Amino acid sequence: MPTLLSAWFNSHQPNLHPPSFYSLSLFRSSHPPPSPNPTLAMALSRFASSSRSGSLLKPLSSAISLRRPISTDTTPITLETSVPFTAHQCEAPSRTVQTSANELLTFFRDMALMRRMEIAADSLYKAKLIRGFCHLYDGQEAVAVGMEAALTKKDCIITAYRDHCTFMARGGTLLEVFAELMGRQAGCSRGKGGSMHFYKKDSNFYGGHGIVGAQVPLGCGLAFAQKYSKDEAVTFALYGDGAANQGQLFEALNISALWDLPAILVCENNHYGMGTAEWRAAKSPAYYKRGDYAPGLKVDGMDVLAVKQACTFAKEHALKNGPIILEMDTYRYHGHSMSDPGSTYRTRDEITGVRQERDPIERIRKLILSHDLATEKELKDIEKEVRKEVDDAIAQAKENPVPESSELFTNVYAKGLGVESFGADRKEVRATLP
Amino acid sequence: MGALRDCQVDARQTEDGTPLPPRASSIIELLFPFFFQKREKKSRGEKMLVVRKKMLGQSLLIRPAVSVLRSYSSSAKQMTVRDALNSALDEEMSADQKVFLMGEEVGEYQGAYKISKGLLEKYGPERVLDTPITEAGFAGIAVGAAYHGLKPVVEFMTFNFSMQAIDHIINSAAKSNYMSAGQMSVPIVFRGPNGAAAGVGAQHSQCYAAWYASCPGLKVLTPYSSEDARGLLKAAIRDPDPVVFLENELLYGESFSVSDEVLDSSFCLPIGKAKIERVGRDVTITAFSKMVGHALKAAEILEKDGIDAEVINLRSIRPLDRSTINASVRKTNRLITVEEGFPQHGVGAEICASVVEESFAYLDAPVERIAGADVPMPYAANLERLAVPQVEDIVRAAKRACYRSVPLAAAA
Repeated sequence: MPTLLSAWFNSHQPNLHPPSFYSLSLFRSSHPPPSPNPTLAMALSRFASSSRSGSLLKPLSSAISLRRPISTDTTPITLETSVPFTAHQCEAPSRTVQTSANELLTFFRDMALMRRMEIAADSLYKAKLIRGFCHLYDGQEAVAVGMEAALTKKDCIITAYRDHCTFMARGGTLLEVFAELMGRQAGCSRGKGGSMHFYKKDSNFYGGHGIVGAQVPLGCGLAFAQKYSKDEAVTFALYGDGAANQGQLFEALNISALWDLPAILVCENNHYGMGTAEWRAAKSPAYYKRGDYAPGLKVDGMDVLAVKQACTFAKEHALKNGPIILEMDTYRYHGHSMSDPGSTYRTRDEITGVRQERDPIERIRKLILSHDLATEKELKDIEKEVRKEVDDAIAQAKENPVPESSELFTNVYAKGLGVESFGADRKEVRATLP
Repeated sequence: MGALRDCQVDARQTEDGTPLPPRASSIIELLFPFFFQKREKKSRGEKMLVVRKKMLGQSLLIRPAVSVLRSYSSSAKQMTVRDALNSALDEEMSADQKVFLMGEEVGEYQGAYKISKGLLEKYGPERVLDTPITEAGFAGIAVGAAYHGLKPVVEFMTFNFSMQAIDHIINSAAKSNYMSAGQMSVPIVFRGPNGAAAGVGAQHSQCYAAWYASCPGLKVLTPYSSEDARGLLKAAIRDPDPVVFLENELLYGESFSVSDEVLDSSFCLPIGKAKIERVGRDVTITAFSKMVGHALKAAEILEKDGIDAEVINLRSIRPLDRSTINASVRKTNRLITVEEGFPQHGVGAEICASVVEESFAYLDAPVERIAGADVPMPYAANLERLAVPQVEDIVRAAKRACYRSVPLAAAA
């Protein structure tokens, strides 16, 4: 069965680095791109990932020499993304990114929190406290965190059903997440939405959509409203490689390009649409090029700095020139949902391979350690803190009550006009909609 | 003189809705109206209504929504439904900057049926938007704009094409307020011609009232007259929920009288209230959209045979005005439901079920359903005529309900 890695080699452009090289975040730009030779690539990758001391990881600028207290230092650090961006119909942004200790540590903490949250949700689902659908995002945290770092709360985000971490990045709380997953009153949708329907309108997060691909025209509509109201803000509409073949996406992109809407379509390409690998679903899996007349950018979605850089670039572009497509090359460790073991259509080796070589949290950890921004113990402490936060939130959510029965009939309409609604036995259960 | 006569409401109007002039003919009558009130003989049904209400302690609030006469100027203007819709759109766009119109040919073409004539010139291309022929795409974009606080009016060239966008109407618009526990209201209107036109064939003739009306979270309106068109479209645009506004192509050119009140820019009709177009006491006929005209014609024919039909213009399929329908049936004891769409699981089925649940004891005859034929719409003129309800179908059904029909011919 073709593995992810070999499928990669078949479908990628010659100047694109094979995935095994993403483990090394700091190659100089003058480093010659390797040939797509599987054996060589895998050998090099083993070599790279076996290095522990970080001696291969040299910063381009040595602005930092002394260690500062965690998370307060905002002195700029200049780094390079793991790989250069690949562009379609536009000039790729530079690989050089500006960050700071503060930002890197925030990234680390946020991603660790999301990772812990998703793992905890897995356990809750197996304990039958979460029902129905549960689509987990672990592995893809860099996309949510990097995107949020490039945006303001005036910009809108809309995504599909793998929305727990995107909701958190937009300012949601752990209690709201766990309570909603368990169907309790304190949930962000008061228990009436479930895993796929998280919303946070005051942060311009518009969900949370269960119908594959529907969120893309909706996102272009948000961009339309922003342009109509002269907000000077943009919308990021996220979708997966499975949704990338949806017709309505191309319809919405066509209208967005005609009307110059500030819409950024972000394909979170985790290479599998449920159980179907991208090469089985798409004749052209170069999703960043599928916009044809719309420019596109291919980004290493496991590198939070690259994601941030690409989103900043895209926001600028969209405000001036209309829609642009970002393809985030990412990976999910879990299956499509909790009912999918995730190992029938891909090998366990592939999953562990990516986890070893490309994990977004490990990459940031290595960066932080190599720049002496924090000790290993301090990072472990952060992870412990985060774990405790998650456990506390779960405990609180478990105590939270389920919605009142009367909530069955609330919010059917914004303005119910006093009409009657009915329960299963209309002679027993009736309500007047407010 | 213009005396307001709330106590005695003479809601009988001529067919085109012209209000009858007030009846006071002397000072004494004005000062002591009580003595001059015409006491209409209560029908058996009405008497039973009073008795049963007392006996069974019915809690169903019975408020027939009969329109009250107002004494505006009696020089009734004529207005086509097309102009009514156009003026409603114009006024609402003028009143609220957030309202915009989107659809195929709504701008430069002036509207496929000229409903949006002149709007592009007046409001510009930012507010009147011509879309490509991509219903799923532009309906989704409109719903997204509504999420962010704008008030889109989406035109489907006919509602047959709304099926391309039905996922956005149901899953993105109707259910969002509920799934988000009130965070995401969707103040959108989907409008366009619905149902059969003339000779357009099977793919262009379906009525979608029953489909959309079954979905909680949507409101479904079906105007008949120009007054309906103006008042309901304005109400729909102002409403914070998704509204499916089902017009009828064959009604666009029809003229109706409109009073000054209707022409006023603040005129608005309530959503969820039916209108009794013709008061009667022998049989209730419910109808919506084009069929209201058929029902009124049928009522005229029935009157010659001594059957006094009450015609209810539903105006709103969701919410359905069950109280008006039930109150009427409790008065007349017989019901005919008329609709243009397919019969199975149609609007008439819901009305029949509602009446059986609420007013079973009052029915003196089985409920009759008149609907489109249970076949895709044929093209040939004679077959098309057989596929759509005709006035004589309604007359026949009413007579059956009154046990006055000609004996059925032996089955072939």
